[in-house]
Amino acid sequence: MLKQLESQYEKILSDYMSDQTEKNLYIAQNFTRQLIQKNISPEDVVNIHKNAVGKIFPDRMVEDQPAYDFLIEVMVHYGMAHREHQSLLQIQAEYEMEMKIATNIQKTLLKTVVPQLSSIDIGMISIPIRKMNGDYVHFLYNREDYLSVAVTDVVGKGVPAALCMSMVKYGLETLEYAYKDPSYVLEVINRVIEKGVDDSMFVSMFYGCLDIQNSIFSYASAGHEPALHYSAKHGEFFSLEAKGLLLGVLSDSKYSYNEILLEDNDIVVMMTDGVTEFRARDDLNSREVITSLIVENKHVSAQHLCNLLYKQIEKIQDFKLSDDFTVVILKK
Amino acid sequence: MTFRSSVEIITEWDIVAARQLGRDEAKALGFGTVDQARITTAISELARNIYLYASVGVIEVERVETDIEKKIVVIATDQGAGIKDVRKVMEDGYSTSGGLGAGLPGVNRLMDSMIIQSVVGEGTTIRAEKRLR
Repeated sequence: MLKQLESQYEKILSDYMSDQTEKNLYIAQNFTRQLIQKNISPEDVVNIHKNAVGKIFPDRMVEDQPAYDFLIEVMVHYGMAHREHQSLLQIQAEYEMEMKIATNIQKTLLKTVVPQLSSIDIGMISIPIRKMNGDYVHFLYNREDYLSVAVTDVVGKGVPAALCMSMVKYGLETLEYAYKDPSYVLEVINRVIEKGVDDSMFVSMFYGCLDIQNSIFSYASAGHEPALHYSAKHGEFFSLEAKGLLLGVLSDSKYSYNEILLEDNDIVVMMTDGVTEFRARDDLNSREVITSLIVENKHVSAQHLCNLLYKQIEKIQDFKLSDDFTVVILKK
Repeated sequence: MTFRSSVEIITEWDIVAARQLGRDEAKALGFGTVDQARITTAISELARNIYLYASVGVIEVERVETDIEKKIVVIATDQGAGIKDVRKVMEDGYSTSGGLGAGLPGVNRLMDSMIIQSVVGEGTTIRAEKRLR
């Protein structure tokens, strides 16, 4: 193969030596593509050139040979760097393949289905900034009596965050009938994470449970972004703050229980800090942006409202969100 | 038929002597300029590793000529600290990231095959071969 390439190279070089046109240079560059494709290393290219020159101008070689041999010696290291680069590219392709599989597994594993209930309008949007989502939303409900929602955010992103999140999910699923008490839920999940996850991994969670028949929304928070309650009667927003340490820090953390009464047309907005942190625009108050958008659009469906919020905030941040973005909206 | 010669690596100039030995043997066996440069570079990297990390060692060069094959065998031996994780040093990007040069994966690619034997606290022997085609 090398012999064949050598004679092709010799022909191209000799054409160029007798006629120095752009066309001949173009032919040479196309030939380079072949060399690269066939994995010919730089030192081999210099050698091919040396041999071609030797055939075209035999009398020159006596003087020039040492210089070419010198260049071959220099090029051996470039050749090594080149091969290493190629092998790293291959490794990267393998990683990307694994990542793709992991992403698909995560999508299946952590798929959130938004319940369709007749007495409450529920909307949700969750957009990861990277391939894997560090935010997760979990709904638990019992016909038209109770609806619970957990909005979580793992400190950290990517694969480690996703692995940790699967644990949160299975923790939530084992709750069975205990899901109606937000502070108890957080205590249980905190113990699961504290025991099972690396010390550097923390999770924040807002957990709310709506008693649909009595319109009581109870909630607790583990270091999570406070939710917002829009009271239609007062035309005002209230921040749903609750005391509690991030999950996974201490094994015996306690989480305060709080409740509010939801009236007709009230809205509850739960979100992760990806929604409220405007890193690119710290001159803006994110909560004001969110509340005014909700007031302006309070008559659209909860899902539509989520989509509007995402579009608006993405625009404000110049389409460069810096964190996973998750909003859940309940409308009575 | 096997000819074996060796160079002790103590100072940086011994690296040059090892290179010279390798190049002479490769030339004598009939390797072309490019392969001579590759074999010499491989020896150079192995000798530098001895000089930088083990302080004392030996580079041996064997010229093997039989009816079925002709090959150069390079054996680098040192009584240094040894390699804790051989698999790790054979990973691309591991040693080069610190600017240490081509590293062992580079040597492996310059030659046809390479075997590393290492005992922590006792030293390392690396045997690399390249056949004449």
